[in-house]
Amino acid sequence: MFSLELSEEQRMIQDTAKSFAAEQLRPRAHECDEKGALPEDLLASAWELGLVSAVVPEELGGGGMKRSAVTGAIMLEELAWGDLALALAMVAPALFAYPILTQGTDQQKKKYLPLLLESKPAPLTAAVIEPVINFDLSELTCQAKKKGAGYLLSGKKCLVPMGSTAQSFLVYAAVDGKPGYENVGGFIVERGQKGLKIGERERNMGLAALDTVGLELAEVEVGGDAVLAGGPSCDFGKLMSYSRVALGALAIGVARAAQEYALEYAKVRVAFGEPIAHRQAISFMIADDYMEIESGRLLTWEAAFLLDAGKDAFKEAYLAKLYTDQVVIKVTDDAVQTLGGHGYIREHPVELWLRNGRGFTTFDGLATV
Amino acid sequence: MISFEVPAGVANVSKLVHGLAMGVMRKWARWADDHEHERCEEWVNTMWSLSKGGMMGSMTGGLSRKKKEDKPKEEGEKKKEVRYQNLIMAAAVEELSWGDAGLYLAMPFMGLGGAAVAAAGTEAQREKFLKRFTTADKPVWGAMAITEPGAGSDTAAISATAELDPKTKEWILNGEKIFVTQGKSSVEDSEGFVVAWASRDRKAGRAGIKSFVVEHHTPGMKVTKVEHKLGIRASDTASIVFEDCRVPYENVLGDPEVKEGFKGAMATFDATRPMVAASAIGIGRAALERCQELYEKNGGKLRYGINPNRLTSAERDLMMMESQVRVSRLLTWKAAWMADAGIHNNLEASVSKAKTGKAITWVTNKAVELLGPVGYSKQELLEKWLRDAKINDIFEGTGQINTLVVARRIFGLGSKELR
Repeated sequence: MFSLELSEEQRMIQDTAKSFAAEQLRPRAHECDEKGALPEDLLASAWELGLVSAVVPEELGGGGMKRSAVTGAIMLEELAWGDLALALAMVAPALFAYPILTQGTDQQKKKYLPLLLESKPAPLTAAVIEPVINFDLSELTCQAKKKGAGYLLSGKKCLVPMGSTAQSFLVYAAVDGKPGYENVGGFIVERGQKGLKIGERERNMGLAALDTVGLELAEVEVGGDAVLAGGPSCDFGKLMSYSRVALGALAIGVARAAQEYALEYAKVRVAFGEPIAHRQAISFMIADDYMEIESGRLLTWEAAFLLDAGKDAFKEAYLAKLYTDQVVIKVTDDAVQTLGGHGYIREHPVELWLRNGRGFTTFDGLATV
Repeated sequence: MISFEVPAGVANVSKLVHGLAMGVMRKWARWADDHEHERCEEWVNTMWSLSKGGMMGSMTGGLSRKKKEDKPKEEGEKKKEVRYQNLIMAAAVEELSWGDAGLYLAMPFMGLGGAAVAAAGTEAQREKFLKRFTTADKPVWGAMAITEPGAGSDTAAISATAELDPKTKEWILNGEKIFVTQGKSSVEDSEGFVVAWASRDRKAGRAGIKSFVVEHHTPGMKVTKVEHKLGIRASDTASIVFEDCRVPYENVLGDPEVKEGFKGAMATFDATRPMVAASAIGIGRAALERCQELYEKNGGKLRYGINPNRLTSAERDLMMMESQVRVSRLLTWKAAWMADAGIHNNLEASVSKAKTGKAITWVTNKAVELLGPVGYSKQELLEKWLRDAKINDIFEGTGQINTLVVARRIFGLGSKELR
């Protein structure tokens, strides 16, 4: 029944993610952003937490933990509070593995899920976003045409996380070019396959530390056994609902980082003989941000809860993301504003959070939970 | 365990009250707006018979905050037994306000005055003052009198005084109160009461302010004015003057001594602010539903799932309205649930009130805007809902006052530093 109290397991996972974020991520976020790379040791130690792999079924050698979108949302908020680039890098393998877990064939599960149990991050990722204006999940330009028992994939993708090193890509495409979520299929493409060109590392406004690439697919041939759910289409709407919940939680994590930082700054920054926190112009802005963060979190959790309860939650997840997209933009901007000129300087992290936060309206399908 | 599952008790009350809202309130909503200061007999009598029948029992006294109770459950795990009284109340208020916010405020009910007695009164005071709401022969109202011509949100500036007559052990009240919701109904038109805030010692500032239960028709108390308002016209909003008005000693709520009394008085707000938010949500939901209905009737579609940049402006507004109503409810339920679970909710109560007041004002404005001349016309209730909704960003602490409470809380600053 209605309760906002975390379960013991949720509390434990939250604590794990929280201390990892505070001890490992936050202190290195600036350096990672400047260098444009996430150190291997950081990725490895993040992977060792087992936050992604816990859901691998027992019969495949995993822990068989029940997947929970609520618990995942709690975890992602904490990681994003530490650093968004690293949080996205951590969940990149899940973008491939979780759709396989929930919709894959037995053969696909056996082949790929054990990779999550290795000591190094699984080289798996997914390609959802396309480099076009007005990109729409329900009208993908990437197309899959039937050929024999399989398909020919053609089109372009971008913002593929950890794409430089990934071995397997789950590529989403409109089956026979038909619009609608119901006509989207997931196709497994292996690195080195004929017709697949993996682009150079992308340069974006934010997420500098995260490896993202573009893909070009020119009639890449995919066998019938490499189609998610056996094909032709999958339950793409459900997959995107999970993604929206994940992105909502990540956005709240980034926003919370910025709001807390601005709050602490306002308490110590003195102007006209008093901390600026004593002025309503500052404290009301930050109070509003606090309330918007609460709002976005509850919307996200509610959508997550509905997913966990086996409900559709398509609308709820969509609305939650629509809302949190705006929250993170407002809050990160307010944080820069609170710090004034100092906020504009890269010594303080708020400008990084603004750049990262700005991306959420673009990050469809970039994370899952 | 985080759960958004609606407890059965809450769902039942929602369903029951929704029937009333649909069957009686909507029918009289426009009439009540057009006939300010007239009593809607069907509504009052319906609600009174239900109160006496016990239906309102869960609501009368529902706001008293329960202490945490640990009861072992079957799983062998220790779990807190939460009774959801505040949540049930919030659900009921939402439905009533979905029906009509003015009529909701005008129903024979203990109101905020009763809530104060329930929250701050002793067992004997509750027995004495609250019983009437389920046992009296005729409809009864309760009211709360805080605001004065010179003191709104700044309650420390209250100038009404309460002097103790040492001979008779009576309080002598003097001063003028304004904006008393259901004030006339409580003290002139029924055998109810008003809880009036007055200072025992003006030099002591907030610490000197106490609240006193003043019974109906007490000599020295007079209703001097009934306001004409923007909205919630079904509800009377009265000015009450106290001139050497004598009140028995035992009618003071809380500790009569001059010390830390103010905090106790303010604690009432932690329970009532989420209920004001719940009322706003009911109005907002009514406006949203009507808007969606008319939009779809006119061939409009809400395309959830497409790129937000491809939504029409109206579609996006409607979706944002939906989110705002949903968010407001979640924040309000959080505050109410915390009270039910015995968790201090001062911050969350103000969050729910500040956010919801603003959000629903926006939602009802959008509703009028989206429907153009239809929204502006009195043929629909949309323009009325806008007028009704606005009060929720004002009474029980304006949006700004509640934002101030939130700011002070999160910054850990006192009223001297963050003014």
